[in-house]
Amino acid sequence: MNTMPDLLEPLQYAFVQRALLAAVLVALVCASVGVFVVLRGLAFLGDAIAHAAFPGVVIAFLMKVNIVLGGSIAAVVSALAISAVARRSGLKEDTAIGVVFSGMFAVGIVLFSSIRTYTGDLLGILFGDVLGVATDQLVVAAITAAVILIALWVIWRQLVFVSFDAIGAAAAGLNTLRYDTLLLGLIGLAIAVSVQIVGVVLVVAMLVTPAATARLLAQDLRALVVGALLVAVFSSVAGIWLSYYVNAASGGTIVLVATTLFGLVWIARGVARRRVAAG
Amino acid sequence: MSEAAVIELRGVRAGYEGRTVIDHVDLTVRRGELVALVGANGAGKSTLLKVIVGLLKPYEGSVSVLGSAPGASARRLAYLPQAETVNWDYPLRVEDVVMMGRVAHAAPGRGPSSTDRDAARDALGRVEAADLARRPIQALSGGQRQRVLLARTLASDPELLLLDEPATGVDPTTEEHLMGILAELAANGRTILVSTHDLAGVMAHFPRVLAMNGGIVADGDASILRDDAILRRTYGGHRTTSPQLVADEHHA
Repeated sequence: MNTMPDLLEPLQYAFVQRALLAAVLVALVCASVGVFVVLRGLAFLGDAIAHAAFPGVVIAFLMKVNIVLGGSIAAVVSALAISAVARRSGLKEDTAIGVVFSGMFAVGIVLFSSIRTYTGDLLGILFGDVLGVATDQLVVAAITAAVILIALWVIWRQLVFVSFDAIGAAAAGLNTLRYDTLLLGLIGLAIAVSVQIVGVVLVVAMLVTPAATARLLAQDLRALVVGALLVAVFSSVAGIWLSYYVNAASGGTIVLVATTLFGLVWIARGVARRRVAAG
Repeated sequence: MSEAAVIELRGVRAGYEGRTVIDHVDLTVRRGELVALVGANGAGKSTLLKVIVGLLKPYEGSVSVLGSAPGASARRLAYLPQAETVNWDYPLRVEDVVMMGRVAHAAPGRGPSSTDRDAARDALGRVEAADLARRPIQALSGGQRQRVLLARTLASDPELLLLDEPATGVDPTTEEHLMGILAELAANGRTILVSTHDLAGVMAHFPRVLAMNGGIVADGDASILRDDAILRRTYGGHRTTSPQLVADEHHA
């Protein structure tokens, strides 16, 4: 039996091509930004920003403008609001995150519940709808992804220094507050791009799981970045393929593939270490 | 005054969140001086260094560093923070950390130049850690970490070095070697301030000592550490033993 035509079958549909393109874009962006999310322990912040993007999406929907734009604005605003509340209130950052993101999410829920005739478009924001990505959404996502990747490339060394040793970086004359704010803004943008693919609820997995998987093995930053990119792109492509054949939600399937990879790498590392220990 | 002061503090009061840690600090340090800061934990050694670096804004008083306001000449000085403030579990290699000493000199978007690589390699060689270049930092011992951080400060070829407890966790042989490097740098016109708990090392190597306890208690050559009255004022009565004993306690 020849299985090749079967495997390539989904590619003949334009909506699958768009979905694959969108998923790979999201994978590249989330994996690179995710490296810093994992290194700096910002997973909770990422989850919070994703939830806080929700009201922006609902408002954009009501105003009939691009929902990625609405989500981006809400995500970036909430990221900066969290950082400002944490700095100025004297509260711990996780407390500031809890206050800001639940408040923003509540705004989204109140607005959402007031819409009598909501459509699948909006539900897709909660749970992701990569197979429904339209061409104009794809264009916005591609432009945003390019902005994020170029910004990361430009400030990469400075971001690494500030993350590794904030005091040393400040002493060397780097404006650590500016770089931290830039990083938060980039996380917000990355989330806004990804929300349409995997949804508000699962977007943190795209940020954290690929980088976390690579972190299990990486000895240096290059390995961490390359590993995270490989895991993210593979999960996205394999997830869409799988969801096409088993007819399941694509966002959830993508995340499940990434989570499975994480589990396999973790177990493999444990086995390898035990072998080494046993000599 | 034949030469302008590298560091000039007048009537400085500083601390954290409204709490005063150091007060009435007057200090002049000239080019090529090698100065030790001694005192108990909480005496204000790190606070004084942070004021000079520009990381901490004093509540009162004036500060001039390398002829300008603190922080304004960040690229001409290097600061070695206490090792525990650094994320040693990061997936970085030793050479990556040393190269950070060059980041402030680089334009954004630029990778390390060949000059940067040479400076980093040279700095690692000077702390006798050239063989560690490719080692993941997670695998370093306490003494190796200190040598790597010192190499990072050397990599930027600074005029002024401010080192916060660089000898912590370092074995006596390495410490002796580090002191040799600092003495040579000072002889070449670099100005160096070092906070330390190792009074025996201070007596052996430092021409000038600042004894600190909420401010500068005494300022003079190493012989002030043999003065019981000064030691009492520095260590608050519970450490009136000889420096040798204090030093042994630290190494224990």
